[in-house]
Amino acid sequence: MTDRTTPWSLRLALLVPYLWLAALFLVPFLIVLKISLSQTALAQPPYLPVLDPGGGLAGLKDFLAALSLGSYAILLSDTLYVWSYLKSLEIAALSTVILLVIGYPVAYGMARAPRGLQGVLVVLVILPFFTSFLIRVYAWISILQHDGLLNRALVWVGAIGAPVTWLATDTAVYIGIVYSYFPFMVLPLYAALERQDERLREAAADLGSPPWKTFWLVTVPLSRSGIIAGTLLCFIPIAGEFVIPDLLGSSSTMMIGQTLWTEFFANRDWPVASAVAVVLLCLLVAPIVIFQHHEARQFDDGR
Amino acid sequence: MGSRFSWTNVTAVGFGLAFLYLPIVILVIYSFNASRLVGVWGGWSTRWYAELLADRAMLESAGITLRIGLVSATAATLLGTAAAVALVRAGRFRGRLLFSGLVYAPLVMPEVITGLSLLLLFVAVGLDRGFWTIAIAHTTLTMCVVAVIVQSRLVTFDRSLEEAAMDLGCPPMRTFLTVTLPLIWPAVASGWVLAFTLSLDDLVVASFTTGPGATTLPIRIYSEVRLGVKPEINAVCTIFIAVVAAAMVVVSLLSKRRIES
Repeated sequence: MTDRTTPWSLRLALLVPYLWLAALFLVPFLIVLKISLSQTALAQPPYLPVLDPGGGLAGLKDFLAALSLGSYAILLSDTLYVWSYLKSLEIAALSTVILLVIGYPVAYGMARAPRGLQGVLVVLVILPFFTSFLIRVYAWISILQHDGLLNRALVWVGAIGAPVTWLATDTAVYIGIVYSYFPFMVLPLYAALERQDERLREAAADLGSPPWKTFWLVTVPLSRSGIIAGTLLCFIPIAGEFVIPDLLGSSSTMMIGQTLWTEFFANRDWPVASAVAVVLLCLLVAPIVIFQHHEARQFDDGR
Repeated sequence: MGSRFSWTNVTAVGFGLAFLYLPIVILVIYSFNASRLVGVWGGWSTRWYAELLADRAMLESAGITLRIGLVSATAATLLGTAAAVALVRAGRFRGRLLFSGLVYAPLVMPEVITGLSLLLLFVAVGLDRGFWTIAIAHTTLTMCVVAVIVQSRLVTFDRSLEEAAMDLGCPPMRTFLTVTLPLIWPAVASGWVLAFTLSLDDLVVASFTTGPGATTLPIRIYSEVRLGVKPEINAVCTIFIAVVAAAMVVVSLLSKRRIES
C-alpha cells in the first residue's frame, strides 16, 4: 500500500517510530556484538580496539584484525558461566510450568464468572502489575525473612517447630518469580478461555463426555493461543531476570542476569558482559521469534 | 453463565487474588508500624512518613523519577501511537516484518540486555549519561507497550467512519485528529499511564543508563533494600502505590465516561 497514494502523514507515522527503534533497539545490539569481540582495557571506554572513523580503510583493517573471540573463550572455559546459563534456563522453565499450573485454574474461574464481574476481576489482576515490580519483590523480603510473617504464621499454626530459612534460597526466588509474573500468565489464558464458545462444552457433555475429559479434549486445546502467549511472555524475561534472584536468592546460585550485572558493574569487564548478553540473546532468539509471529498473527486474525 | 461460576472456580479466583494482594496489603500496613523492627507490631504511627518528608535525597530522587516518567511517557505515547497506526493502516510494505519485530521484541527482551545495549550506544555516540539518557531509554521500551495497546483498539475500529470523513474531503491528518483519535482515546490514555508507571518502576535499564545526579527512586530504593528492610521504604512504597492507584482510577473513570457518552 505504500505507493504514491499513501498520505505523507501515514509515511511519517511509519518512518519516525521505525527509525527510532532501529537506532535505539537494533543498532545497540550491533554495538554489543562488536564490544563482545573487543578486549578489556584500562581506558575510557574500558575496551580495545576503538574504531577510529578518521583512519580510513587501513584503520578499519587494523580494527578488524584486533577483534578477538577472547571473551567467548572465557565464557566457555569458566564453568561459572555455563552453570549460570543452565540455572537460568532451569528456573525459567520450572517457574513457567508452575505459573501455568496455578494460573490456569484462576484464568478458568475468571472466564466462568458472571459477565459483569469479569471486567472487575481483570482490573484486579492487572492492578498489582501497575504497582512497582521492585516494591512487590521487596514486600516478600519482610514476609520471608527469618523473623518474618511466614515463619511466625507457620510456627503459630504449628506446621513447623522453629523458624525455617526462606530468604536466600531457590524457593524464595521461585516464590518471587511466580508472584511477579502471575498477571502475565493469567491474562493471556483468560483472554483465550473467555472467547471459547460454551456450546462446545455443552455438546461434549451431551454426547456423554465426563467433565475432566471435556476439559482435556476441548477446553485446553482451544486455549492453545493463550498457553503459548502466557508461556513465552513469562519464560523469556524470567531467563534474564535480575532483580528477583538478586534480592531473594542466595549468592551461591547466580542467574545469568546477575552474572551480566556483576561483570559490568563490579568487574567493569564490558567485553565479557557483552559476550554474556550475546549468548543469552542467542539462547532466547527462537522463543522471541515465535512470540513475535504469534502476536502478529493474533492481530492479523482479529482484523 | 452465572451457574457455571462453581465453588471450585470461586476458590481458584479467590486464592489467586489473595496471592496477588496479601503481600501488598502487609507492606502498606507495616508502613504504619511504630516499631522499627519489621516483625514486631508497635502500634499505629505515621512517623516513617514524617521522616520521609525530611529525607531530601529521597525527595529529590522522587522528583527526578516523576519528571523522567512524564517526559518518556509522553514521547512514548506519540511514537507508540504512530507505530500502531502504521502497523494497522500501512498494509504490506517492505520491512514490515522487521518493523513488527522491533515493536514486539522489546516487550519480552530481558532488561539486562536492553540496558547494557543502550548504555553501550550512549557511550559510542558520546552522549553524557543522566536524566536524558534514562528518558530516551524509557521512551524506547515503553513506546512498544503503547503501540500494542493502541493497535489492539485500532483493529476493532470501524474504518468506515474514517472513510466517510475522507470521502467528504477531509485530509488524512485531520481525519485522524477529529475522527480516529477521539475514538481510540481510552487506549491512548491507558497506554500513557502504563508507560508512565513502567518508567517510574524501572530499576535495571535506569541503572545502566544513569549518570551523575540522576539517581531515580527505584535505584535509591534498591540500594537501601540491599541493606535490609526499613520502615521508611515501606512508607515510600505505600505512597508509590497510592499514586499509581489514583492514576488508575482516573483512567478508568475517563474511559467509562467515553463509553457512556
